[in-house]
Amino acid sequence: MSGISWAMLAPLSALAASVAGLPFSGIRYNRRRAVCVLLALSALAAIGAGMTGLLSPPSETALPIGLPWLPMHVRLDALAGFFLLVIGLLLGAVALYSEGYLRQLAEQRSLTPLYIFLPLFVTGMQGVVLADDAYTFMIFWELMSVASYFLVTFEHEQDANRKAGFLYLLMAHLGGLLILGGFAVLYAAGGSFEFGAMRAAALTSPWASLAFLLALGGFGMKAGLMPLHAWLPEAHPAAPSNVSALMSGIMIKVAIFGFLRVVWDLVGLEYADWWWGGLVLAIGSSSAVGGVLLALQQHDLKRLLAYHSVENIGIIAIGLGLGMIFAHYHYPTLAALGLVAALYHTLNHALFKGLLFMGAGAVLHSAHSCDMGQLGGLIRRMPRTAALFLIGCISISALPPFNGFVSEWLTFQAALMAPQLKGTPLSALIPFSAAMLALAGALAAACFVKVFGIVFQGAARSQAAAEAREVDGWMQLGMAIPAALCLLLGVLPMWMLPLMDAVPQALIQTGLGESAANGWLWLTPIAPERASYSPIIVLLALLLAVGIFLFIHYRTGEKRRTATWSCGHPHLNPRMQYTAVSFSQPLRRIFTDVYRPQDKLLRTDHGHTLLVKKLRYQVHVQDLQWRYLYLPIRRFSEWLTRHVDWLHHRPIHGYLAFTFVTLLILLGLLL
Amino acid sequence: MSLWLWNLVEALLMVGLAPLATALVKRFKARLQNRRGPPLLQAYRDLAKLFGKQPVLAEQASWLFRAAPYVIFAATALAAAIVPVILVATPLTAAADVIALVALLALARFFTALAAMDVGTAFGGMGASREMTFAALTEPAMLMSIFVLSIAAHSTNMTAMIDTVLNSGLGLRPSLAFALAALGLVAIAETGRIPVDNPATHLELTMVHEAMILEYSGRYLALIEWANQIKLLLFATLLLNLFFPWGMALNADAASMLIAAGAWLFKLLVLFSLLALFETWMAKMRIFRVPEYLGLAFLLAILGMLTHYILEVGA
Repeated sequence: MSGISWAMLAPLSALAASVAGLPFSGIRYNRRRAVCVLLALSALAAIGAGMTGLLSPPSETALPIGLPWLPMHVRLDALAGFFLLVIGLLLGAVALYSEGYLRQLAEQRSLTPLYIFLPLFVTGMQGVVLADDAYTFMIFWELMSVASYFLVTFEHEQDANRKAGFLYLLMAHLGGLLILGGFAVLYAAGGSFEFGAMRAAALTSPWASLAFLLALGGFGMKAGLMPLHAWLPEAHPAAPSNVSALMSGIMIKVAIFGFLRVVWDLVGLEYADWWWGGLVLAIGSSSAVGGVLLALQQHDLKRLLAYHSVENIGIIAIGLGLGMIFAHYHYPTLAALGLVAALYHTLNHALFKGLLFMGAGAVLHSAHSCDMGQLGGLIRRMPRTAALFLIGCISISALPPFNGFVSEWLTFQAALMAPQLKGTPLSALIPFSAAMLALAGALAAACFVKVFGIVFQGAARSQAAAEAREVDGWMQLGMAIPAALCLLLGVLPMWMLPLMDAVPQALIQTGLGESAANGWLWLTPIAPERASYSPIIVLLALLLAVGIFLFIHYRTGEKRRTATWSCGHPHLNPRMQYTAVSFSQPLRRIFTDVYRPQDKLLRTDHGHTLLVKKLRYQVHVQDLQWRYLYLPIRRFSEWLTRHVDWLHHRPIHGYLAFTFVTLLILLGLLL
Repeated sequence: MSLWLWNLVEALLMVGLAPLATALVKRFKARLQNRRGPPLLQAYRDLAKLFGKQPVLAEQASWLFRAAPYVIFAATALAAAIVPVILVATPLTAAADVIALVALLALARFFTALAAMDVGTAFGGMGASREMTFAALTEPAMLMSIFVLSIAAHSTNMTAMIDTVLNSGLGLRPSLAFALAALGLVAIAETGRIPVDNPATHLELTMVHEAMILEYSGRYLALIEWANQIKLLLFATLLLNLFFPWGMALNADAASMLIAAGAWLFKLLVLFSLLALFETWMAKMRIFRVPEYLGLAFLLAILGMLTHYILEVGA
């Protein structure tokens, strides 16, 4: 069997999982087990197919289904292989996690919709990646969007979730429409829906730019690039945590895949104007900083993580934008570096964001809340979850020796080692976006100190948190796999990068080549004299230093435990701790112009201002995009609908007149 | 192999001399303020005393609280080992470049802040919140100011960067002036000196670093204090060797090494007396003035980058 046949196993087993999830499927007693096992199988098939795609030449086939004149075409190439690998790695972990997570969820409610739509959602994502014609692509794309809508509204009795679901569906379809527009442009040029014809089609510059803009809008909306991200922090937290992990971990990456497929592969970068890359870079930079700034002010754990997805997609876009700029100015090796940095961050983000969402699910499961004001002290109640979550926090904060640092390091290298792009407006933009990347990294570290410090450390802020129990083995295993991969990819990027090299070779015919040329110990993306990093040496040196001091000073039984120093105050209580709101107060003050916080101090006293009875401080930070972009659009569309309303109340001859005029206009266009 | 050995010697030198460096600044400062000041060896005695004491832990302190000092010390010591001190071409600069250097310091800070949040006192939370807020501005400023040099050198490797400065001289490079000013401001903030933080205070509500380590005692406190002293020496050496590398040894022979070591010590003395003068002369800023100060550093660094791209392309 060829690679593509193996690859088809992945969506097929996911589809089988969906069938197994049907209530009448006969597997009455253990639908959960059946769904999870089949999803895990699908993940294994995806990993296997992904490796095949990266290592061997492309293989393709036409399926015997589809429209009569257009059978479905599927193709497994390096790009599809890489994204299948990303999907498979996280899906496997999530499948194991779901076995434990859904067990306790099943006690509360019927899970049938989840059993059906979760595998369908996975099928959709894998299908998009394998699609080789616009028709197949759009079918699976919509399958992914619609199936995930039902997952977002899974807990539909809550008003907020229904609202989030509607917003999500609306944005997904707007995005779908834009993507369809992009394919329409390519269809007009290539004369076929097949990707092969689109790839070969010759485009004129304005049409290529139009296709690029449509693809950027459509895929950017799904990926959650600013300012099209509004649905993301609403929809991702609404879904059950295992689904949030998949949505934030993989679904938005499938949008990155779509962007790469359409812009880098089908349109081709040879048509790229200089401003394409500049635009992507600018949007990426603003997403990176904007996402993390908004994340800092969130006090719901899952919402906060969702905003971090906006940040990380921004970092990926920075890498892509740099790649596009370098490709335009004919520096293929540097373009490959930008692309590889973006792809590596894609993989890394899938892993650590999946891990963090699963951790948030574990917290929600054990402490019954994701509101950081209700949590605290979980490191003592749930030590293993805490340790795994900490690994996720260190990774996403881009600290060595974990994987987030490697991809950010690669992105910095791409930004810094830029040859001087003389006399272009971009020469000012590139250092600026490097600065934004550095700022985003540092702010992310601040944010995750807040997350871990408030949720896992200190004293419990609620009864439920004080009585939280460690989650079961399946959930721990589900989190341990991505945690281990985070460390592995952070320490051994030299093994992963040559594997990924097939992607730039397929897209821009140039590889990174030398990334491990100086031996397996060194990561040298361009040339050793330019930059090198040896994660193994860094890890060993860190371990050595820690080890020496532990060896010298590890004398057990010598520590004394006593009450926390309370400055003489007799009763310390959990409410005296710093909260998530107070932790982010200095940043709220520094970035007032970005946040425009609305705060309110409510006080009641005993008849004199000094005799305070009760103080209550409220602060609300709203995403400014709502005020300046979404609400005006909403008002405009409402205005528009009000003013075309009269069209709907015509007598029958009025409608006939409209039909006649429309026909006349169309005929006029034809002649 | 001998180069690796020499790198180890340099690292030990940095770690070993760090308490002395801090004591030296204290001494200079005391003299400027007409005090006698503690003897230079006092820093070592303090450390020895702390190492010998039995640590006291809060009842709810977790494993992270106990592990953090080791991670902080290890990350800081490793960062110190990366910076070339006497020899330009040390092998560790290839294993970890300037980005890794900044990230290692960030790792140490991450764990300091987490440890501060561990017991759940208001002081710890306050210190962590402020430290991470300031770090969010200093870290990018530090990266940007070093990147000005990196871009000129076409490398993020510190050896290559120092080589470039040695070979091309300062010349007329306005971008380097911006970078130097920015890195100087960052160094003051990162090491918690006046006017950003006051290393001598333990009582003020304005303190940042001291608030974070308030719960530590015994050997844990010793490790953190030591790491902090290493950080001061590290930033001083980084500033000197990146922007004024003259005198550093290009080859590993005895004569040039001796000269380089002497030059390093001399430069350090000058820098530390400047620091002491500065600290005597300035008062500490209000806490909410600090972001303006750090914003200035960040802007200067970006200006340095832009100046380089606009004025010095191809130079």
